[in-house]
Amino acid sequence: MSDSKLSAQGLNLFFGKKQVLKNISISFKKNQVTALIGPSGCGKSTLLRTFNRMHDLSPDARIEGLIKLDELNIYDKKIQVTEIRKRIGMVFQKPNPLPKSIYENMEYALKIHNFPKQEIPALIENALKESYLWDEVKDELNKPAVQLSGGQQQRLCIARTVVLRPEIILMDEPCSALDPISTSKIEELIVRLKKDYTIVIVTHNMQQAQRISDDVAFMYLGELMEFDICNNIFKNPKNELTKNYVGGHFG
Amino acid sequence: MTKKLKILIDWILLAGSTLLVCLILGVILWDIFSKGMSSISWDFVSQFPTHGMTQGGILPAIIGTFLLTIITTLFAMPLGVACAVYLNEYASPSLLTNIIRASIRNLAGIPSIIYGLFGLALFVQSLKLGTSVLSAGLTLGLLSLPYIITTTEEALKRIPNSMREATLGLGATQFETIKDVVLPRALPGILTGVILTISRAAGETAPILFTGVAFYINGITLSLDQEFMALPYHLYMLSTQHHAIEQVRPLAYGTAVVLIALVFLLNMVAFYIRFKHRSQQDV
Repeated sequence: MSDSKLSAQGLNLFFGKKQVLKNISISFKKNQVTALIGPSGCGKSTLLRTFNRMHDLSPDARIEGLIKLDELNIYDKKIQVTEIRKRIGMVFQKPNPLPKSIYENMEYALKIHNFPKQEIPALIENALKESYLWDEVKDELNKPAVQLSGGQQQRLCIARTVVLRPEIILMDEPCSALDPISTSKIEELIVRLKKDYTIVIVTHNMQQAQRISDDVAFMYLGELMEFDICNNIFKNPKNELTKNYVGGHFG
Repeated sequence: MTKKLKILIDWILLAGSTLLVCLILGVILWDIFSKGMSSISWDFVSQFPTHGMTQGGILPAIIGTFLLTIITTLFAMPLGVACAVYLNEYASPSLLTNIIRASIRNLAGIPSIIYGLFGLALFVQSLKLGTSVLSAGLTLGLLSLPYIITTTEEALKRIPNSMREATLGLGATQFETIKDVVLPRALPGILTGVILTISRAAGETAPILFTGVAFYINGITLSLDQEFMALPYHLYMLSTQHHAIEQVRPLAYGTAVVLIALVFLLNMVAFYIRFKHRSQQDV
């Protein structure tokens, strides 16, 4: 078994008085794809967003517990949140390229982290190749990114994350706005990316979770109900709720 | 009464109200243009007033109004936009920000003559800027601030959060996110609001009355510590204060035409920006 890359211990999250995450302890293994599944409102996206401190901007969000990247407490006051987000990248539900060209979208990520100018073009080419987008866009890098198809936009967003060489990539239902062909391309990409990255993905799609993930966490009403290797969750769930959910009886 | 008749009456009431408003606007414009167009000529906009302002043009008033709006814009736009960015992007909702927002809304409701008095006390006397185009421009800037803050905040609110998350998720700071993504996207909305506000301010008389506008100045000056002439005040003066009101009436209407044309031009620019932005978004 590979070792733990990212972990949460006794994690509670409140929005105002409402508790959204309840005492969650989980650990994600290096170079594996872990899927977070569960019915809408179970807190899986909320959990995902604690890992790159996206809740920092919500004034009413309050977090208790410990989240560690390797041995680093990511909520340590001494740590720059921008550094955390460079090491823990995120791909969002709806493709959100900047209203700039394809190249500028890639360049932006590198520029804000002060990468040396002469390295930028090669890094961009590499990341686009890694994200299976290079062949489609190499001749039109100056085209506005919003003119790409939805699937291409999402792969650009993945490339934009990958170009920073993060250690972990968080994905929040990255295929929910895409058609089946684009979805399968992204799934293929995810499976390939886990060689170099640790991936945590929120998904509503049971087949997708089965196809791409090594571990699966089932959440319900803010609690982690069951966490196991993919096969066990789908073929041999221990929890009655998990069984009903993956069996399609609710959710 | 049948349902059909009811619907017809409702429609007539609503359409009639709209028509009435357009009619009033039409009558005002027709009145001004029919009485003022005879004075409009190249000389009118390029010459100084002569013969105790019974002849000649309104060039110094046009230049004064331009200078005034530039000062107003340079003062109110950066300050107003910065304030709106703080309120919308940084400040967390609290009692304090609610009080600030309420104060800004109330500022927008203060009669403009009060701004004039305040400008006199603050800029002219306390800060010793004298009655000058600078004092008047800053006073108009104060008047414009609440509108600029409000319209800018509305423009910022229309930027979807997913745009902010895109750069934040890459490790950009909040300031980088605002500078590189939020403001560029909101710019057309911000500019529209600023231009509409400034075009209103350009037509104000009361705030400049005590702070720097002059009845008549001899020669064109662009220095900021001098008094100046302005179109709205020139119009007010020609229609109420002049020794030969009947004689200068056409000049007053001519000034009104120029002022309306100026405001209309600014509004057109605002419409153009909005239109261009909309067609870009459709891509």
